[in-house]
This record gives sequence, structure tokens and C-alpha cells, in this order.
Amino acid sequence: MELLAFGDTGWGDELFYATLMTIAVSITAILIGFFFALIFTPLKLSKSKFLNFIANSYTTIIRGVPELLVIYLFFFGGTGAVMFVASIFGYNEYIEINAFITGAFAIGIISGAYSTEVFRGAIQSIDKGQFEAANVLGLNKFSKFFKIILPQALRLAIPNLSNVWQITLKDTSLISVTGLVEIMRQSYIAAGSTRDPLFFYSFAAVLYLLLTFLSMKLINKLEVKYSRGY
Amino acid sequence: MDFELMVNSFPKLLNATLITLKLLSVSLIIGLFIGLFFAILRLNKNVFINRFAYGYSYIFRGTPLLVQIFIIYFGLGQIEYLRSTIFWVILKEPYWCAIIAFALNTGAYTSEILRSAFQTIKPGLIEAGKSLGISNKIIFYKIQIPIAIRQSLPAYGNEIILMMKGTSLASTVTLMDLTGVAKYIISTTFKPIEVFIVAGGIYLFMTFVIHNFVKFLEKKYSFNS
Repeated sequence: MELLAFGDTGWGDELFYATLMTIAVSITAILIGFFFALIFTPLKLSKSKFLNFIANSYTTIIRGVPELLVIYLFFFGGTGAVMFVASIFGYNEYIEINAFITGAFAIGIISGAYSTEVFRGAIQSIDKGQFEAANVLGLNKFSKFFKIILPQALRLAIPNLSNVWQITLKDTSLISVTGLVEIMRQSYIAAGSTRDPLFFYSFAAVLYLLLTFLSMKLINKLEVKYSRGY
Repeated sequence: MDFELMVNSFPKLLNATLITLKLLSVSLIIGLFIGLFFAILRLNKNVFINRFAYGYSYIFRGTPLLVQIFIIYFGLGQIEYLRSTIFWVILKEPYWCAIIAFALNTGAYTSEILRSAFQTIKPGLIEAGKSLGISNKIIFYKIQIPIAIRQSLPAYGNEIILMMKGTSLASTVTLMDLTGVAKYIISTTFKPIEVFIVAGGIYLFMTFVIHNFVKFLEKKYSFNS
């Protein structure tokens, strides 16, 4: 237990901050994912074959390639890509992107592919009559989407989005390869300096279990909230 | 674009794909048995057995695969007692540690897939078997298991693909699988995009083959044919 003490003698505070880091990365990543889903879901639902093709390539590639490989691509390729874009604008100094942004972006793109599929499924399973009724009432596109479609889609999407959240949360453990000090990385450091990997990795597992457990509780509340009309 | 690098790295990556496939197939086979075992425990009416099986699947589905591999590879080696037993022959090899972690992980997901498949079997089918005087054992093996397998094929197909992606974590415990070799080439040449295209292409091809194979099985064993 003294291994987990707060302060200089134990790893308690380090692990606590690492847990906050994991939560921060997960939330950033899933928000980036929602942003991608917001772009790609309409493309998936569009009638244009070309737009469909773009969106399908995105989801197929991301869901068919290991997360770790995507993270390596961003980790080793991210700096180069940003510097290339910067050089177009005439900035040629070395730019270092921090591990948080690289990691959140990589996981976000992965999570976005899953979210896209979830939103597509949810919108497709809304009754056609709802779209027609909105049209008949003369609602503009904006209020049709935000007042009619989205609330119903969210209700259908929340159970699946909670799966996406769990996947995203667990995927953030892979960012530890880039050196971002989240739960996995901190446990690796602690295990290395105390030579007690069994304890620290088991403790990491407990922290992840706690996070998934608590987030499930929260999501269940959301689910109740969004299905109050049913 | 460095096409020469892409062409040169292709055979190396293809070679590493063999290790990925080996890891995948061995852990899937072991995982299927683990999954079936725990699915049967989940259907047991005894609360303790039931809870135990639920706890197993909850823990393995609620923690990242990376943690599981690290506990098995780095953690178990720390127990002095284990080092003196016969298990040490297996546990000192990263290859077997990865397989144990993968098998336990996919076993947890498989148990959930099979459990829900068993639970969706219409009771009428089992009752029909009983009224024909078939013993419980034969009802289980000849009626419940075949229907459950058919029922769980789509979900299990997804699980195979997820597991294929999961094997990439073997590279974190020094195994040179497809991702491991890809990372090595990237970190020596600093050409991430080229290597990603080749390695990602190989993974996508495997996904494509698995996806279509499962679809073929689904069609073959569909109830309507």
C-alpha cells in the first residue's frame, strides 16, 4: 500500500494525475471523433456515389487497420505533415507537436469511424414519416435536423455510442507508446523503478475497470434522459 | 512517395504477416474453447458459477488488451513461485504470453457472443427435442450448439477482425509481427506513410478475406436455404 502513497514516497499522486490524463485524452478523442462523424455521416447517407465512396473508404480503412499502426503513423508522420503544411505558408522552423495532440487525434480518427457507423445506423432507422412530416410542416433544413432528427437519432445511438466510448477509453492505453503519461505509461514508469510490474499493471487494470464502470453508470442516466418520451 | 521502399519492405512485411496469422489462429482456437466454456457457465443457474463467469468477462472486456498482455508478460514473471514451476517454460516466452492474453481476451468476448446466441434460441426448439424423448446432452450438442453457432456467426466475424487488429499489440512485447516490423521500418527510414500504406494494405486484405469468408459461412448455414 505504501507504493500508492501520495507525495514523494509513493506513486499515488502520479497515478491520480495519469488517470485524469487518460480521461482528458479520451474525452478529447471522442469529441474529435464526433467531429469526424459529423462530416462523414452525411457523406455516407448522401445519394452521390462519389461521396459514399469517400466515407466508406474512411470507415473501412480505419476499422480494418490496427489502432497501433494508426498511432505509429501519426506519431512518426504527424510532425512531418504539420511541417509540410507550415512550409507551404513559408514557415520552415522545426515544429514539435505534443504527444497529447498526436494521441488524441489518432484515437479521435479511429473513434470517428465507429461513431460514423453508429450515427448512420441511427439516422437510417428513424421512420421515413418523420422526415416527410418535417418537410410537410415546412421546417427548414436546420431545424429539421436539430429538432426532429437528432433527438430521435440520439436516443437510438446512445447505447452504441457507449460502446464507442468504451473502445475509445481502452484505446487510449495505446497512446502510451508515444510517451504521453497516462495510466499505462505511468504504470510502466512505476513498474520500472520499483520492479513491481505485477502490482502496478494490476492497479492500472483496476483503474480502467473503475473508469469503464463509472462511465457506464453515467451513460445509463443519459439513456434514461433521452428515452423519456417512450 | 518512395515506391522503392514500398516494394522493398513488402516481402519483409509479408513475412511478418505469417507471425500475425499464427498468433491470430492459435489464440482464436484457444479463445473459442474458453468462450464456449464460460458461456455454458453463464447459463448455469448456480449464482456463484454465474457470477464467476460474468466477472471474468467483465474484467477482460473492461480493461485494455495492452494491460492484460503487460500483466501476463511482465507481471507474472515477478512471482518467484511461478518461476520454479513447469509454467515458466511457457511464461518466459513472449510468444506464449501474447497468445495467453489474446486467448483470454477473445474468450471473454466470445463467451458473451455465445451466451446471447444460446439465450435467443427459441424455447420451442428445446421443448420439441424433449418431447421427442431426446436426452438433454444430445439436445445441447445437436440442437443448441449448431443453432447458437449459426446465430453468433456475424458477431463472431467481427470479433475475429477485432482480434486480428489486437494481435498488433504483440509488438509491444518484442514480437516482430506485422505491426512490429512496420514500426521497425518506419523508425529506421522515417517514411511512415509509405510503410503504413503497405502494412495497412495487408491488414485490410486480411479483413476483406475474413469478412467474406464469414459471409460465405453465414449464407451456407442460413436457415432459409
